[in-house]
Amino acid sequence: MDLFKDYAEFKMDILKEIGNIGAGNAATALSCLLDKPIDMAVPKVQMLPFEAIAERVGGAEKIVLAIFFRVEGDAPGNLFFILSPEAAKKLLRRFAYLTVEDEEEFSEMEWSAMSEIGNILAGSYLSSLADFTSLSMSPTVPALAIDMAGAILSYGLLQFGEMGDDALLIDTTFIEGQQEVEGQFFLIPDPESFDQIFTALGVPKNHD
Amino acid sequence: MIDQQRIIKVGMAELDVIEKEGLIRTTGLGSCVGVTLYDPYVKVGALAHVMLPSSDIARDGVLNIAKYADTAVPTIYQKVIALGASPKRLVAKMAGGSQMFSFAGKGDALRIGPRNVESCKLKLEELGVPLIGEDTGGNYGRTIEMDCETGILFIRSVQMGKKEL
Repeated sequence: MDLFKDYAEFKMDILKEIGNIGAGNAATALSCLLDKPIDMAVPKVQMLPFEAIAERVGGAEKIVLAIFFRVEGDAPGNLFFILSPEAAKKLLRRFAYLTVEDEEEFSEMEWSAMSEIGNILAGSYLSSLADFTSLSMSPTVPALAIDMAGAILSYGLLQFGEMGDDALLIDTTFIEGQQEVEGQFFLIPDPESFDQIFTALGVPKNHD
Repeated sequence: MIDQQRIIKVGMAELDVIEKEGLIRTTGLGSCVGVTLYDPYVKVGALAHVMLPSSDIARDGVLNIAKYADTAVPTIYQKVIALGASPKRLVAKMAGGSQMFSFAGKGDALRIGPRNVESCKLKLEELGVPLIGEDTGGNYGRTIEMDCETGILFIRSVQMGKKEL
């Protein structure tokens, strides 16, 4: 895609930092919720073909639980919080000591608790970004789904679909050691948002 | 019978054709639509994994014809005809076009699934290809697979299990 061809290394670094700050704050929020330390991997920022994005969570057919937020404001985009259904169950057990009754199905209570966890995490992810960039960014109400990763993630790629066959993904993985709860944040800013972000951070436009 | 069966994989915003035997498959259809064409006599088929309804919105760069309903459907039509399929015998099936997330919001992106379905149907109608099977809508993802021997379209989903068209 032409828009990203000239992306210099340092611009990628800035986006990585965005992933770091956002997910770092979300991880802290999660750590507070669970009263457990949470580790975070170094964010990956990559321009990926659509197919490869689903590969990041284990393939297009891999069943995942996703909490989706549309980001509204100055730098719109799509934010996904993705984890395996098993990891979600583990998370629910620790969070508010919900008794997990069924390993397969999610009760209404669990569904609602999961939305709330998503809300808290997305809120802290975005508010830290908003502070950092002085741009307004706010999440919509969360939408939950358990389904094939390809089907879910393609939804976040539609804005990119209008321009090319690749999308820029800011991917941060966090791990809760003992319970082995692993999750991923995917931030897929709309193509138009990059200028906004870089301008807000004082990156000169033609400095590549 | 169960020798190494040939499977052609079609990715998101891609299309491909199949001849004689084997399976043609695409995984993880959400709001995207999988359209198949098939000629039972010569056993020639095609599958397109369509992502967006219309190429009008395509912006800069090279146009990926497989991505848009209005360009992908005519393309697979031409491809199967080139492989010896007859326009009179061609039949179409489609699956996908769901709304993965339903929440009060604005923007056409929320209705992209149904719009993809509509656009594919319109193109098939223009080409005079009858749509003989359809499993669209809902709020779940699908994986589809067409058997080139029989033209049967197998549909798998997490919530609804297996289905045949």
